[in-house]
Amino acid sequence: MEDHGRNSLSLSRRSWLKISAGLASLFGGAALFGARSQGRYRQAATPEALGIHPSMTVGEVDTSRFDPLAYLSEFDYGRATKLADGRTLREYTLIAVDTRIEVASGVYFDAMTYNGRVPGPTIRCTEGDLLRVHFTNAARHAHTVHFHGTHPPEMDGLFPQLRPGESFTYEFEARPFGLHLYHCHVMPLKRHIHKGLYGVFIIDPPKPRPPARELVMVMNGFDTNYDGENEVYAVNTVAFHYQKHPIPVKVGEPIRVYLANLTEFDPVNSLHLHAAMFRLYRTGTDLEHYELTDTVLMCQGERHILEFTLERPGLHLFHAHQSEFAELGWLGFFDAQTAESMAGAQHGPHRAA
Amino acid sequence: MTTPVTPARSSRARTWILGLGPLVILAGLVALFLRFGPLGVFRAAFPPVEELTIERVLFPTEDLIEVRVVNGGPQAVTVSQVMVDEAYWMFQIRPGATIPRLGRATVTLAYPWVAGEPLEIKLVSSTGLTFAEEVAVATESPRPDARYFSTFTLLGVYAGVVPVFLGLLWYPFLRGVSRRWMHFFLSLTVGLLIFLAVDALHEALETAARVPAAFQGVGLVALGTLGAILALVAVGRWLRAHGRGGDARRERLSLAYLIALGIGLHNLGEGLAIGAAYAIGEIALGAFLVIGFAIHNTTEGFGIVAPVAQERPAVAQLALMGALAGVPTILGTWIGGFTYSPILATAFLALGAGAILQVVYEIGRLIARETEAGWGAWASVTNAAGLVLGLVIMYSTALLVVA
Repeated sequence: MEDHGRNSLSLSRRSWLKISAGLASLFGGAALFGARSQGRYRQAATPEALGIHPSMTVGEVDTSRFDPLAYLSEFDYGRATKLADGRTLREYTLIAVDTRIEVASGVYFDAMTYNGRVPGPTIRCTEGDLLRVHFTNAARHAHTVHFHGTHPPEMDGLFPQLRPGESFTYEFEARPFGLHLYHCHVMPLKRHIHKGLYGVFIIDPPKPRPPARELVMVMNGFDTNYDGENEVYAVNTVAFHYQKHPIPVKVGEPIRVYLANLTEFDPVNSLHLHAAMFRLYRTGTDLEHYELTDTVLMCQGERHILEFTLERPGLHLFHAHQSEFAELGWLGFFDAQTAESMAGAQHGPHRAA
Repeated sequence: MTTPVTPARSSRARTWILGLGPLVILAGLVALFLRFGPLGVFRAAFPPVEELTIERVLFPTEDLIEVRVVNGGPQAVTVSQVMVDEAYWMFQIRPGATIPRLGRATVTLAYPWVAGEPLEIKLVSSTGLTFAEEVAVATESPRPDARYFSTFTLLGVYAGVVPVFLGLLWYPFLRGVSRRWMHFFLSLTVGLLIFLAVDALHEALETAARVPAAFQGVGLVALGTLGAILALVAVGRWLRAHGRGGDARRERLSLAYLIALGIGLHNLGEGLAIGAAYAIGEIALGAFLVIGFAIHNTTEGFGIVAPVAQERPAVAQLALMGALAGVPTILGTWIGGFTYSPILATAFLALGAGAILQVVYEIGRLIARETEAGWGAWASVTNAAGLVLGLVIMYSTALLVVA
């Protein structure tokens, strides 16, 4: 018998310990959180004791090429220069390439990508900047870059459709401020988008938003067997990644999530945050928040900014409130830490490796 | 006189060389292909074709699922993730996640399945392809313990043994009938047997569809059926040639044993199907089903006893025939209940079909020999009516079996 490495049930007991806190909360075990902070958590958290079974993928993905934890806070501000009229010129490079990506441990997907990753780089600028996006198609099919936002129609990324080997520079002024997208707009659209040709496009307001821990989250899915349904759902491509590796945040610090929905096939996706409420800024185009909620439903292509703080240390689950999506990978944790909890965490069972 | 030997030998050697030459060249070509890999051109041009077959889903305890997988595709397949009812679930796979061509593996999941409800298992390969199996009713799988052994034994006794022995009770009745009526009942037996053979063939082909492609289910059916017919015909011929030829009594007796054997093989296949269906919760051991099988299979006992009725065989011999025909059902329910595999089931059903067809041929020969008309005897009203009646009886009693 060869134990499939990390697949071993006995080995996964440790992972059970790690995830059981989250599962407990998923199933309404708020009491367990209290127990955990009082140090009793460890005894209670065995799956046998909880009667909980682990819904999760087995194993880890190779993060050397794409690390979902790093992606959260990677912003591409471009090569900035000052123009004669005082404006800032920002130049970006996007290259379409066909790449094989790992969407769950051991499950590989032949993706179409910008710059070899899904989602593409997060393009960030300030309202009023002049943008030049140099796009080269190094893939096997025709592609474009279509930006959301206000710009001249000839810079909209419908035409020209760039055949393999061709280049084009999109030039327009960044407006209005908000949370936008860019994606390929060549037919068949559904396939080009779902194969991975998309990214987040953030235009900051002229007076920046207050400082916060900023995180980019793209809700996406992958139809690995091409049956018109997603086999894998995630935020930022890798199923269950933030469940296996909770996102470390500080108790009390302002958190700002740039949340975009690029799921194909399913008309809507959603985010639900546990044990806290967030202020919702729809499309990020207004500095006044739209509502205070803990669940937001989003159509394909919709995106919102979420702001919140976590008041107590511990794991805070977030996931699609479509249970099916959650159990197919769209599920993760914020791990809220204080100085003490970080010190104590060395022994805590919930800590990610 | 040694001279003639040499040319004969050399010509024999020549024949061998001529016969083996193409094989040697073929082996050389295969070696060349494997060494220099001209197939690599094709390999790079096409996406990999993966094929996994889930042979069986077992529920050993109330929170455990075991999935038996066979790779019947052209190349090795790696099982990367497993879903249960559209949810990824942690699992263990033995002997390894990469299943070689024609290889097998067992996936184990700790999953709180709900008894009596359907469930879908989906394996996700490294290329993202999925292989699904739907379980109609999740129910705790039989363990090879005393309780299940007795359950399956009882199932086999009800479905196979009791009916066959009931059928044998027609012996005293058949002993008293005239030759003409005897032929009528033999024709009726042929009708019964043809129905059984067609039924077994149909089942074999149906099961063959679930055999992984590489194991060529339909080819297996052809091999099993024709193999059984030819083997039994050859054995029968050999027995006649080497035995006390012309002894009609012995011949009828051996015919009865052959019929019993053929029906036994058929019942083994039937037992497999019943056991497997019971094990995966598709049938309950309902009274109606047992009655159906009893009535349906009683005709089998009649088929055994008809050719030997006038030879007055010993009761012990009749009992032996009954056992030969009926007891394999029990064996079948055991195999089907504990370790069902479509390949095995296909093979047994095909063998059964072949064995029965051979018996049909033997009874035909018997009637033809005892009649002046020879094979033309089949055109007589009584014999034709007997055959059709046999088919009708089987058809109508089969309506009672709703498994």
